[in-house]
Amino acid sequence: MTEFALQLAQEAQTGVTDEGLKAVAHGLVYGLGAIGPGVGIGLVFSSAIQAMARQPETAGETRTTMFLGFALIEALALFGFVLAFIL
Amino acid sequence: MQLALELDVPHLFLWDPIWLKGTPFEVNRVVLLMMVGAALCIGFFLYGAAKKALVPKGARNLAETGYLFVRNNIAIDVIGPKDGPKYANYLASVFFFILFMNVLAIVPGIHFAPTSRMAIPFMLAILTWIIFNIVGLVKQGPLHYFKGTLFPPGVPKLVYILLTPIEFFSVFIVRPLTLMVRLLANMMAGHVLLTIFFLFTHDLLVKNLGPASPLGVVTLLVGTGLMMLEMLVIVMQAYIFTMLTAFYISEAVHGHGAEEHLASGEETHDSHDHVRPVTEGVAA
Repeated sequence: MTEFALQLAQEAQTGVTDEGLKAVAHGLVYGLGAIGPGVGIGLVFSSAIQAMARQPETAGETRTTMFLGFALIEALALFGFVLAFIL
Repeated sequence: MQLALELDVPHLFLWDPIWLKGTPFEVNRVVLLMMVGAALCIGFFLYGAAKKALVPKGARNLAETGYLFVRNNIAIDVIGPKDGPKYANYLASVFFFILFMNVLAIVPGIHFAPTSRMAIPFMLAILTWIIFNIVGLVKQGPLHYFKGTLFPPGVPKLVYILLTPIEFFSVFIVRPLTLMVRLLANMMAGHVLLTIFFLFTHDLLVKNLGPASPLGVVTLLVGTGLMMLEMLVIVMQAYIFTMLTAFYISEAVHGHGAEEHLASGEETHDSHDHVRPVTEGVAA
């Protein structure tokens, strides 16, 4: 355990650069930012499909609301995407 | 694998000015493509409206179907049968302007959507922001508009300390920001994705022919599939931008909270039937 920690410390002194950490951050910003919206979009579509299957006569209205919810959630994921470029 | 590391993503979106260099009105490829999009949009509807006939055919049918889709499925469905048609002109303009600019992303030889640069989504989002604010101020009066937006009814008094700043932030700042970022990021992501896949294909099948080359066939096929996905994204982003604009205008017209509007859904459907003959008259 201590050897591993020492090895990590050595790597920190030699191998890890700011550049490399930045690359990791770019990946993480989008990857972590996509988790929540991914779950959210799944919920939106599953609920919309259920609603449409149960009441096909209101499918048009459901679809409009579905796209609205989808778009609002999707924006959060896209913030992560844009931030990855800005950072 | 070196290719992806060498790819400088921001570089994909930068173009040198080609005309009026050094002035604020510099023209580069993005501006040129924006003009192409606007010209396509104007030309399509001028051509559609040129031949007046009792029974429309060809391009006129297409133009009418497109306009009626925005008018009936977006403006009237979201804003309501009374106020909807008034805003259909703006909504249709926005829809087709974005659509024609987005389509340039998959036109062979062009492959670049001017909406994947910040300026155009920014301008359209600001326009929407100005319009829904003015509609709210005029339709509801300044006092009622700000009261309804910042102090939504049916909430305990103390909650307003927390709710009012959040509402202000979400209505006046986050709305235009998300409208802008959504369109921009979708088109940008599509462009980067297609570029990466076709650069890999070029690298594996043309530049460095070798044992890894069969992988190039896979990237080519996936890239082609992604192009079809891009077609979906193009239409959907135009639709979503227009629908959110309509939704914001609807809130400005009817007051905060779509619940009241949706609660009167029965009424909407009734008057929908009154509207139908009118739209059929337009179509005929």
